[in-house]
Amino acid sequence: MTPEPEGGEVAVAIRGLTKRFPGVLANENVDLTVRRGEIHALLGENGAGKSTLMSCLVGLYRPTEGHIELATGGEPLHQVDIHSPRDAIRLGIGMVYQHFKLVANQTVAENVILGVEGVGFVPNMKKVEAEVAELGERFGLKVDPTAEIWQLSVGLLQRVEILKLLYRGAEILILDEPTAVLTPQESAELGVTLRHLANDGRAVIFISHKLDEVLAFSDRVTVLRAGRNVATIDTKDADKAGLAKLMVGREVLFDSDREDHDPGAVVLSCDNVSANDSRGLPAVAAVSFEVRSGEILGVAGVAGNGQFELAECITGLRSLTAGRISLHGDDVTGISPRGFIRRGVSHVPADRLGMGLAGGLPLTDNFIMKRYKSAPISKGRFLRKRAITTLSDEYIKKFAVSTPSSATPARNLSGGNQQKAILAREIDAGAKSGLTPLIVAAYPTRGLDVGAIEAVREALLAERLRGAAIILISEDLDELLVLSDRVMVLHSGENMGVVDAVQATKERVGLMMAGESVTQ
Amino acid sequence: MIRFRLERRLDPPRYLNWVVPVVSVLLALVASGLLLLAFGANPIDTYVAMWNGAFGDIFGGEFYSVSETLVRATPLILTGLAVAVAFKMKFWNIGAEGQLVMGGIAASGVALFLPDAAPGIPQNLVVYGLLMGGAAILAGALWALIPALLKAYLNVSEIIVTLMLNYIAILWYSQLFTTSWKDPAGFGFPGSALFPEYTWLPRFFNTRVNLAIFIGLLAAVFVWVLLSKTRAGYEIRLLGDNPEAARFAGVSMFRNIILVMLVSGGLAGLAGMGEVAGISHKLQQGLSANNGFTAIIVAWVAKLQPWAIVLVSILLAAVFVGGDQIQMTMGLPASVAQVVQGVMLFFVLGGDIFSRYRIRVVRQHAEVTA
Repeated sequence: MTPEPEGGEVAVAIRGLTKRFPGVLANENVDLTVRRGEIHALLGENGAGKSTLMSCLVGLYRPTEGHIELATGGEPLHQVDIHSPRDAIRLGIGMVYQHFKLVANQTVAENVILGVEGVGFVPNMKKVEAEVAELGERFGLKVDPTAEIWQLSVGLLQRVEILKLLYRGAEILILDEPTAVLTPQESAELGVTLRHLANDGRAVIFISHKLDEVLAFSDRVTVLRAGRNVATIDTKDADKAGLAKLMVGREVLFDSDREDHDPGAVVLSCDNVSANDSRGLPAVAAVSFEVRSGEILGVAGVAGNGQFELAECITGLRSLTAGRISLHGDDVTGISPRGFIRRGVSHVPADRLGMGLAGGLPLTDNFIMKRYKSAPISKGRFLRKRAITTLSDEYIKKFAVSTPSSATPARNLSGGNQQKAILAREIDAGAKSGLTPLIVAAYPTRGLDVGAIEAVREALLAERLRGAAIILISEDLDELLVLSDRVMVLHSGENMGVVDAVQATKERVGLMMAGESVTQ
Repeated sequence: MIRFRLERRLDPPRYLNWVVPVVSVLLALVASGLLLLAFGANPIDTYVAMWNGAFGDIFGGEFYSVSETLVRATPLILTGLAVAVAFKMKFWNIGAEGQLVMGGIAASGVALFLPDAAPGIPQNLVVYGLLMGGAAILAGALWALIPALLKAYLNVSEIIVTLMLNYIAILWYSQLFTTSWKDPAGFGFPGSALFPEYTWLPRFFNTRVNLAIFIGLLAAVFVWVLLSKTRAGYEIRLLGDNPEAARFAGVSMFRNIILVMLVSGGLAGLAGMGEVAGISHKLQQGLSANNGFTAIIVAWVAKLQPWAIVLVSILLAAVFVGGDQIQMTMGLPASVAQVVQGVMLFFVLGGDIFSRYRIRVVRQHAEVTA
């Protein structure tokens, strides 16, 4: 039970909310009150129940138990029933989702009025554009109302989403992990905007699992753990270690032990590599770099700046439009994915179930993906069941994959265990190639809980010590700076420079992510 | 208030693989019993008549009825396996009908014309059996290669191509037995000349059950080994479950489309050879009787499991043969059998959810409603 907040009128109060899904208790007896004029952070690990709680507030889910009280539209605090997102909007609640919901070939103004009641059959666009511009001016959300959505950067798209809510008169704004797609500078600007909104008397709830942001932006913070509200505290009384402990339930170390050792021979060398994305547009532009045995090269960049395509290039999954790739000194440009596998290239793909695993097949089938063509897994054209069982048991034990059995479909495992299964397979496949392995890990800790994150990071560091060359693509700057020896920054598919991870600051890397070339 | 909830089973117990289908079929019989009542027929009498039609006095040593059921099941087994191999890769081959017909045409061509064209070839069952079988496999496989190549090179939808190729094959075969290959000594009736007797597949126990059913059983073993014991089968399963993961593992989609369709078409082609060389002994009207389409139902109900395809083929064949029987003895319309089949399909496919989910009964206090 949290005490009723002092000062500031309560805008929304969630009382004893419990949400049950089949076999899962997503929220248990959660109380949460948010005042007008405050920025309220909702902090918790993945799976802590943040999104479920907010989904109840915007009418996507109905609470199993408990209720919601609102004081919007000038009414006093009273119990409401929110049946649908439409109800939520009518009641003055709006949410900005992680994945933007905008129509690419319409203008900003058109997107803003989409679905708004009472704009008329033929809306007066001039008037709408003026209103949108005025709103943007007032809240520091400058966007050209006549620009088409596809022309805008991610940061601007987010502004459009917020403008949509304001145009609908939202008094309670919820933002789901709003900084995941932003550069540090854009994040700072968002912080200013949120403050504007709060000062205007609105209530802002922002969902995050990033401690720094929570400390920087919010007035109060509510920490969810395992579906329960473990604390609501004033941000000025909070610190990073304390919040982390509340979030995880135990002490957390922010520095991994990265032992110093000298890197060895060059494993991978990219020379002016260019490639297109799946729509045929240039995604990687003349990128050159090297990775040596025993080092981790971090790749930083805002999502969608060519990292994904680069990872596919250096694992043989995407063909180059120009440039050269060599492995262990041999030119491997244009060879098949299997050729890369045979030369010791492992890949922990960004999309676990989309590419890393065959979700409907048992774990055993997923474990042999990289090794089924050779002894002992197969003999001639036939698979050897006993060898497969042995291998599976070994992987499950070594990486502590928690699963009912090795026959369980990969889809039924939790995200963390799926990732462990992929790591087990990829690390072993690299080791079995007989060459110095190259491990390309794309967002390997995304969406995992803290325990699994530690396991993944430790596995990567252990491989580094054993001499593997590792490319770590991540959107988490802290992770990159802690794990990597060097960090390469991509912007619009270009290499903005490689910095030494020990000397680099987040600000500097952030500037490079925003497109400023920094030479060392 | 009591509510029901579905919960996903994380590790489905294995016994459900047979408990769920058996219970589903029993429930289907109850449900279609109600429909039979609506038709004014006594369900028990009708089922007894269907049983007698399909299996006869099997325990009293009377095998005629069951033999007809097995004859009806034979092409279903082969075409069921054919589509199952392709479906395992999520390659939607709905052209087994056409591939069967092409196999039948090729086997007929060998039996009708090879003895005259190449009199040197020993005219006995072993040699001609292998030649007809080889020709049938080749013809079915080549017919299936067309959609495979179009898909592999140009990404053309295999559904449309395999479907349309059925009609081309069927119309060509109609042209053959009514015109080009019509028996000159056949008094103008449609149909080719009878094959030489040494090309007939041997029959057993004085019934029409012939070697083809053993070919079907062997094919089931072959498909089982291929899909679950070999590297090629692993690639097929991987491609079927997640093509991106297969690409990631270095599996060639191109190669496997071709391979799978050659196997699929070949098996369907063998079914055609079994029909002409085992049953009709000539090319005539009614070569396939929609086996290639029923095969899709067979494969789906059997969840693409080779041994289950054999059982489901026999079950569906029994419903067909028993359905013919109730038409004669009970005076019910023949479509009643199809209704029973449809209901069975509904229950078996619908019952599938219970092997993946469990039902949980939830008692809770009445919800607060505004």
